[in-house]
Amino acid sequence: MSNLIRGLRGLALTGLAGSFAAHAATPDTVENAYWNLPKGVTDISHEVFNLHMAAFWVCVAIAVVVFGVMFYSVFAHRRSKNPVPATFHHSTTVEIIWTIVPFLILIGLAVPAAGTLIKQYDTRNADMTVKITGYQWKWQYEYVGENVSFFSTLDEKSNEARQLGSGIDPKTVPNYLRNVDNYLVVPVGKKVRFLLTANDVIHGWWVPDLAIKKDAIPGFINEMWTKINEPGVYRGGCTVLCGRDHGFMPIVIEAKSETDYAAWLAAKKGGDAAAPAAEPAAAPTPAAALPAKLEVAAAATTATDAVVDAKPVQLAAADTAAAPAPAAAAAPATKEELIARGEKVYKVNCMACHQATGAGLAPTFPSLIGSAVVAGPIDAQIKQVLNGKNAMPPFARLKDADIAAVVTYTRNSFGNKVGDAASAEQVAKLR
Amino acid sequence: MATHAAESHSDNRRYFVPDPSVWPFLLTIALGTILYSVSMYLEERHPGPIPFVIGGALFFYIVFTWFRGVALESESGKYSAQVDRTYRMGMSWFIFSEVMFFGAFFGALYYARELSVPWLSGEGSRVLTNEFLWPAFENVWPTNGPAGIGGEFKTISPWHLPLINTLLLLTSSITITFAHHALKEGHRLATILWMWATIALGCVFLYFQVTEYIEAYHELNLTLGSGIYGSTFFMLTGFHGMHVTLGTIMMIAVTGRLMSGHFKPDSHFGFEGVAWYWHFVDVVWLGLFIFVYIL
Amino acid sequence: MANTHSHHDHSHGHDHAHDHDHHHGPDKGVMRWIKTTNHKDLGTLYLWFSFIMFFIGGVMSLIIRAELFQPGLQFIDPEFYNQMITLHALVMIFGGVMPAFVGLANWMVPMMIGCSDLALPRVNNWGFWILPFAFTMLLSSLFLPGGGPAGGWTLYPPLVLQGGASFPLTIFAIHMLGISSITGAINIVVTIMNMRAPGMTLLKMPLFVWTWLITAYLLIAVMPVLAGAVTMLLTDKYFGTSFFNAAGGGDPVMFEHIFWFFGHPEVYIMILPAFGIVSTIIPTFARKQLFGYDSMVYAVASIAFLSFIVWAHHMFTVGIPLAGELFFMFSTMLIAVPTGVKVFNWLATMWRGSMTFETPMLFAIGFVFLFTIGGFSGIMLALAPVDFQYHNSYFVVAHFHYVLVPGAIFSIIGAIYYWIPKWTGVMYSETLGKWHFWLSAIFINITFFPQHFVGLAGMPRRIPDYAVQFTDFNELSTIGAFGYFVVQFIMIYNFLRCALFRKGMEPATGQVWEGAKGLEWTVASPAPYHTFEDPPHVGDEPAATH
Ligand code: HEA
Ligand code: HEA
Ligand code: HEC
Ligand code: CUA
Ligand SMILES: [Cu+2]
Repeated sequence: MSNLIRGLRGLALTGLAGSFAAHAATPDTVENAYWNLPKGVTDISHEVFNLHMAAFWVCVAIAVVVFGVMFYSVFAHRRSKNPVPATFHHSTTVEIIWTIVPFLILIGLAVPAAGTLIKQYDTRNADMTVKITGYQWKWQYEYVGENVSFFSTLDEKSNEARQLGSGIDPKTVPNYLRNVDNYLVVPVGKKVRFLLTANDVIHGWWVPDLAIKKDAIPGFINEMWTKINEPGVYRGGCTVLCGRDHGFMPIVIEAKSETDYAAWLAAKKGGDAAAPAAEPAAAPTPAAALPAKLEVAAAATTATDAVVDAKPVQLAAADTAAAPAPAAAAAPATKEELIARGEKVYKVNCMACHQATGAGLAPTFPSLIGSAVVAGPIDAQIKQVLNGKNAMPPFARLKDADIAAVVTYTRNSFGNKVGDAASAEQVAKLR
Repeated sequence: MATHAAESHSDNRRYFVPDPSVWPFLLTIALGTILYSVSMYLEERHPGPIPFVIGGALFFYIVFTWFRGVALESESGKYSAQVDRTYRMGMSWFIFSEVMFFGAFFGALYYARELSVPWLSGEGSRVLTNEFLWPAFENVWPTNGPAGIGGEFKTISPWHLPLINTLLLLTSSITITFAHHALKEGHRLATILWMWATIALGCVFLYFQVTEYIEAYHELNLTLGSGIYGSTFFMLTGFHGMHVTLGTIMMIAVTGRLMSGHFKPDSHFGFEGVAWYWHFVDVVWLGLFIFVYIL
Repeated sequence: MANTHSHHDHSHGHDHAHDHDHHHGPDKGVMRWIKTTNHKDLGTLYLWFSFIMFFIGGVMSLIIRAELFQPGLQFIDPEFYNQMITLHALVMIFGGVMPAFVGLANWMVPMMIGCSDLALPRVNNWGFWILPFAFTMLLSSLFLPGGGPAGGWTLYPPLVLQGGASFPLTIFAIHMLGISSITGAINIVVTIMNMRAPGMTLLKMPLFVWTWLITAYLLIAVMPVLAGAVTMLLTDKYFGTSFFNAAGGGDPVMFEHIFWFFGHPEVYIMILPAFGIVSTIIPTFARKQLFGYDSMVYAVASIAFLSFIVWAHHMFTVGIPLAGELFFMFSTMLIAVPTGVKVFNWLATMWRGSMTFETPMLFAIGFVFLFTIGGFSGIMLALAPVDFQYHNSYFVVAHFHYVLVPGAIFSIIGAIYYWIPKWTGVMYSETLGKWHFWLSAIFINITFFPQHFVGLAGMPRRIPDYAVQFTDFNELSTIGAFGYFVVQFIMIYNFLRCALFRKGMEPATGQVWEGAKGLEWTVASPAPYHTFEDPPHVGDEPAATH
């Protein structure tokens, strides 16, 4: 609780007002917000912050008056001080006053609030558009008109640490629950319009530093916009209860200068199809900023290594064109390799529903232990994973090799002993 | 002095407080059993029909006994004018709560027609919803939505059976009013006849509605699953039909009481309550006829 | 009114003597409680029931808080966490607060307006006995495969449709609760409108009766709407309808509109009776008539009216068109005006009174103080552009627990301290009462005040695990929650002694509180099984002034 003690000391020393302003030197973003809204990095977020503080101080002022009167009365009008109560019980004048005054105060708050709201609703004249789709439990970002699209899921470190009884101390995980495999990247100084929708249930997209939050509703498109003033990485998360892993679908958005953004976009467009194996760390450029990703770059010495070692997060990243990665096809993997790789793919893609133990979550998510599908013909299972079934989403966006790996994994784990293995070619044929 | 009045419940100065009763508790058991077995059935955990049947039988038995008990208390003169007012107010507020229940479904209809369907078709501020998710969907009513859930369907013309049904219900409102006047004037036989006429009209209404449903399902492919149109259509008319059924049963009960000599020209709340209910059902139908069938 | 008083003492002496053979007298054993039609028996049953539910809901909240003590998942699976928050809320709202208020109404409304019982005693019994059955149904789903409902108490589709066996059980439990609330509310409306003692005009009724009258109207108006909404959920899941499915032309947001059309009035259902209680307690201990009686009544009526046109402030982020957003923002802010009137009237009642601070008064003052803080955060939430930051963060959780726990629950506890001498005929321990108040007040603030901070700093609600920067305040909050729970046992001990183990306790007088006004104080303590079988006559002076 040392933070708390530091915070309380700060409160005592500088007073509430001082400490609210204390972060003026560093950018006031959610990362160093301790007990107040961050000022954020957009004009709108500043306006919102000011409105918030105005409303707060209005409430404090009213509180001082109201509670002042109350405690004075409690003190001065107790029986030992004032044995004979007064008898008045009515006064039209004061009643009118204390109806009108709050009303005026409220108008004072409502007018600027309406102004800000109107600005927030004005999504016209955007420089670019990103379509965001919520899934249980990940986000998909599509750069409209750019043919760039990818998924963004909880990063693997957090994901391991967050398992019940994982034994990993979250404090040792950088940006615990606030990090993803693939960042949403946007340019600074441009008006970016977001179109929000969802695939299964309602989700909510919130990044406090941008002061934007909207619900992602299946079947409908909601709009919002932002224009970020400062380059940087801003974090948020899903805000509408969307099922078991609602707490585990963070949002990370990186604002880059215009040129960096253009480079990123070009790499993103060309990257996946052109040179997949050569630089697995290059495709998800934003990840380079993360210490967690450095080891990947270091490990990527040979093509095979890269394939086997590649974090599942990248597997998901490189899905865009859905072209089977040649490297994967070129390196036939042993069953053991497939199982090892499949476990990683499983953790990222399947575990949310079917659980780490494979036992699933009755009644919606069936157990894979001894499942008839798993024990049955391998092609049928591959097809189900590719195409989905009812509440199970299709996974055609995964690479052939990953699907082969995860299918092999499920058939040979959790006590399942089917013994066979799938190959990437087999998957490619069944697509 | 009050002490003596304690023994006599017929004293009109005293409000009637019933003796302890086990009916409500049993009614709750019945209700709980029914709902629990339906839940299990819906979740495909087939509990078998037995709990449902037992619960249902108990339910009807208690409702019958309870109402009969109230009728007997009333006939034996235990109720004062104040108790009568209680029933009137109680019934009015009950009907009001029913109005709010229908309000939820009419609200859904309004929302679908004025907001969600136009939005899906790109009107108002939701152009992009249409462009990105449901291109080519147009705002027409009736609709089963952009995905055409339930397949193509035809609707029921308001000017055939529904119009007849409207006339039937309007007539029945008149006949029940005649019955009421007859009762007030002490013409018991006329009252009973008018009541039977009303009941008959109610039954014919129900018969036509069932015919209409059969036609909808078999010939028009209009089902509960026909998107938002089918949903609102069947839920509104279906709940209304259930209320007509209930109203008809209540009228039969009241007529039975009339035939066994219950009610007086100046005191017959049981009768009036049913009449109010019937009028309420009638008014809801008018709403349905206009908003569901015609518009 | 002095002669009314003695007249009643007399007639009650009589009732007592005849309790055994009088055929209105209670049965023996458990059948007494199953069959009872007596408003006092049923009031007692309601209060016991709500007490048990508070306990269950409280234990659930401790499970929630225990998991949130530290980042990382220590004890429970996220799915179970979701079940806990859903059931915690449903149990607290429908099983705790509402039945407690109905119990108080059962006990007090007939005694306050001078009538023998509620207007429809058998229906009253039914309304009560539905509750244990409904909650058995709801909670039993925890033991079925798939567990309890996990979609949040707001039951938003499509998520809620993913539920298993808990889904229909939840829906039907809500239907049953609806029946219970509607029958209870009709009963109270009719009692108040039809059964007042001669001379008790509407504007002489005690404020508790007024607030309950208006609450009952709200209940009759909105519970059927909730029933309709959940019925649509049921048919969407099992019978192929498309109310909340865009592919069929519906809209998930439609459910939110219907739900909150119920939901917002619902939160006032949980606070208006509290206003009535506080308006009763403060004058008693200030020994001064309630200030601005008429404006209190009008304020309650305005709040009730406004509550029907503000619902979408829970939905500022769902993308309603700008005009709607503005309308709901303005109408919501307006509610501060009548609520302010109430707060100011309470202050004016205290002003230049002659106050003593027995436990009920402490809870009433605690209510005014802490409810107002909750109201302030409510006003901040009402500002739509800023609600984009607050919405579904712990700031909201802090807001509503401030209005619900030191709001609604403090008022309930205060009311029980206030009236329990009348019910049981013995005085509770004032010393323990004071300890209970001060410890509760301290711990409740430790629990919920830090939640404002984490919320603003960016912590979303309904998550079982959080980023490490939120740890400190969550630790505090958990410590507060456990502390609060533990100190409730002081109250439980205090009340149980009055209710069950009265031997050797200080008997209460009929008047109980020196400054108390109103008909309930004109009968003996404990109040006889039947009161006011012959209505008293209320004089021309306002009842509240005696
Ligand atoms: C007893 C219950 C109760 C009460 C009384 C209130 C009272 C109020 N509530 Fe609250 N609210 C809830 C229970 C309650 N609420 C619950 C349970 C939720 C969350 C539901 C969920 O999502 O699960 C919620 C959520 C909620 C939201 C949605 C937040 C979100 O999800 O983003 C909003 C937004 O406007 C809001 C506003 C208000 C307002 C303006 C009041 C006003 O009535 C408050 C008025 C009172 C005062 C303002 C104080 C006294 C006044 C004065 C001293 C006068 C002078 C004051 C001024 C001029 C400011 N509430
Ligand atoms: C009346 C309603 C009520 C009450 C009393 C409480 C009480 C408490 N609540 Fe709850 N809460 C809600 C309504 C309530 N809550 C709602 C609506 C939600 C939202 C759910 C959702 O998101 O869907 C919520 C959610 C919620 C969360 C957020 C979960 C999340 O978003 O992830 C948390 C977390 O700390 C929490 C904690 C607590 C705690 C520690 C208490 C403690 O105060 C509990 C201790 C209380 C008691 C032990 C009872 C004491 C009272 C008595 C003993 C009375 C005695 C009575 C008689 C004698 C008759 N609650
Ligand atoms: C969003 C939840 C979800 C995710 C993620 C998911 N599944 Fe499933 N899975 C389901 C559901 C729901 C079913 C049941 C489908 C049905 O039969 O209706 C299912 C069924 C299955 C079955 C058949 C089990 C049986 O006995 O019927 C297999 C095998 C399977 N999934 C494998 C996978 C694999 C491999 C992955 C990851 C690549 C995966 N699932 C990811 C939800 C999910
Ligand atoms: Cu997605 Cu919560
Ligand atoms: Cu509200």
